[in-house]
Amino acid sequence: MKYVDEFRDPQVISGVAREIARTVQPGRRYRVMEVCGGHTHSIYRHGLRDVLPENIELIHGPGCPVCVLPTGRVDDGLTIADRDDTILTCFGDMMRVPGTKGTPLELKARGADIRMVYSPLDALRLAQQNPQKHVCFFSIGFETTAPSTALTILRARALGIENFSVFCNHVTIVPAMRAILDSPDMRIDGFVGPGHVSSITGCRPYEFIARDYGKPVVVSGFEPLDILESILMIVHQLHAIEARVENQYKRIVPWEGNMPALAAMAQVFELRPYFEWRGLGFISQSALAIRADFSAFDAERIFDIPGVRVTDPRGAQCGEVLKGVLKPPQCKLFGTECNPEHPVGALMVSSEGACAAYYRYAMRAAVEA
Amino acid sequence: MAIVQPRRKTPRFADTQIEMAHGAGGVASRRLLEGLIAPYFSNPVLQAFNDAATIDVAGTSIATTADGFVVRPLRFPGGSIGELAVNGTLNDLAVSAAKPIALMATFILEAGLPAGTLESEVEAMAIAARKAGVFVVGGDTKVVEHGQADGMYITTFGVGELDRRVTLDAATIRPGDKVLLSGPIGAHGITILLARGELDLQADLVSDTRPVWPFVAALLERCTAGLRWMRDPTRGGVATALNELAREGSWGIAIFEEQVPMDDAVRGACELLGLDPLHIANEGQFLAVIASEHADAALAALRAVPGGERAVCVGEVRAEPKRCVIGVNGYGGTRVIDMLVGDPLPRIC
Repeated sequence: MKYVDEFRDPQVISGVAREIARTVQPGRRYRVMEVCGGHTHSIYRHGLRDVLPENIELIHGPGCPVCVLPTGRVDDGLTIADRDDTILTCFGDMMRVPGTKGTPLELKARGADIRMVYSPLDALRLAQQNPQKHVCFFSIGFETTAPSTALTILRARALGIENFSVFCNHVTIVPAMRAILDSPDMRIDGFVGPGHVSSITGCRPYEFIARDYGKPVVVSGFEPLDILESILMIVHQLHAIEARVENQYKRIVPWEGNMPALAAMAQVFELRPYFEWRGLGFISQSALAIRADFSAFDAERIFDIPGVRVTDPRGAQCGEVLKGVLKPPQCKLFGTECNPEHPVGALMVSSEGACAAYYRYAMRAAVEA
Repeated sequence: MAIVQPRRKTPRFADTQIEMAHGAGGVASRRLLEGLIAPYFSNPVLQAFNDAATIDVAGTSIATTADGFVVRPLRFPGGSIGELAVNGTLNDLAVSAAKPIALMATFILEAGLPAGTLESEVEAMAIAARKAGVFVVGGDTKVVEHGQADGMYITTFGVGELDRRVTLDAATIRPGDKVLLSGPIGAHGITILLARGELDLQADLVSDTRPVWPFVAALLERCTAGLRWMRDPTRGGVATALNELAREGSWGIAIFEEQVPMDDAVRGACELLGLDPLHIANEGQFLAVIASEHADAALAALRAVPGGERAVCVGEVRAEPKRCVIGVNGYGGTRVIDMLVGDPLPRIC
């Protein structure tokens, strides 16, 4: 399969792995954060830990959309599904994220009309097919998914659809990276930069990390070969005492980003003054709201959303894991109360969540031992 | 990477309501069966949790199995609910080394179902049964109000004659044994997913629904000696079937990731949708564990049957890590391959 097989060739991968092993300095530790959940998933899915030297430590970052969504926002969104005349739609990942009264899947089993869609456009189509109902899309995600939400809202307006809205939870990655860099327990030497986010934003937004914090950033693809090559590029920068933003994922990521997508986002969204992130707390200017001009499609203006704040479940240490301070199995609930079937924290829900990836692919039932 | 081995434990059912995941064939289904249902019926035949139950009638051992079919849509590329009902039931008998003899079928029909739809499904069943050389000898019909069922559901009961030349028992499996797979995986589950039309994805793909008895018969003819275990990896896929096996043993199973056969359309759909092909349902494949020295002969036997050309050795039984299924790739990376968790796919069988 084109664009897949050539990046999974065992011989080439082994070659890069050997090169990394030859290059690293014994006795030195390299703490590399892969920002994006897609990278976390790929690292476990392809067993990359096994081919990296011991002294390269991979720290899983906050780039998993459902993982950083606080419980309060889940509860807020689910109140929309309480209404008889409403169909709530969301991505598959969202279906198992626990709110205080249960996951969307559990509410659906009890009769709420909640449906999984693969694209916000599917939700818009649902609205066209069900004119007697209101269809709300529970939107989550970073700059990767925000353009498709923006374009859907633009299309809804162009088509004059009145029974469609978006509960907007889009967040932006750079403020979260800054929050981690400013965190006093931060111990990171370099970043594997997000691939899909950067296909929209380009590479420029990371320049402050190299300039102000002196940490290398390598924007990376998601195949095993991409990730290993990016790690090698970070190691080279560290050895040369350099800090630059490099683009390993040139086949997808233009340095300047995707202008039409950014324009659509700018037309529909504006920055929120602040937004709550699970584990990281409130981060200023870190999330997107729908502009007043499009308020007819903004679920937060149409519905009476309670705006609740819910503290994380007792014992769950999602925040520490999100910041890379703790490894998933070091959390008190890992594998016991919190497992992929019954997640307590959202990091256990998505296959991009550090805990779920760790549990599924590396240490199933670790705490049973 | 440290892989910690799970202990064998009987699941407890503490869920407060039934959800779709309980029907998906993965962890939740197993908990429902072993934690809620089986304890009430507790007996040695049931406790084996095999695809077919062997019972003695006046000194003769017969294999029996029951199955239910709730697939939507009723017709899909490569098959339909009627064909699935016959093949699915017969395959549960076949992988228990039982030659299918007879079937019973019960139809739960929704008021308003076009008679023509029912008739074409009955006809599909008749054709599939005739192909497999079995008779449908009885059954029942019930009708429920409009809106109370999804067109039609079919439940079946099947009887087969056990092949006395072979004893299938997971307890005979040893490290070094090989895991064979009859052909490419994932076609059924992905076909159904696409046939529902909820995704803007199209692929040239048909369900793999077919009887596996001809392949099983070939194995039984050519290499009875080393045949240890068989299973058809339906809901929950190859990963779930092998995990259920591994949890019974004092060894583990390694899958050679690059060896697992699948069509590009299945692989592409899984890459796009974030699904693991090893979790996707199959309706015309089976897995066999066979002693290493018989593996080549067994593969040759499978490949000699028309439709078995892509049979491969996909893995082996290893002493460590115990009670786990791991994936091993060509550059030495390993991962744990777990049972299906949750319900990634709509009703598929």
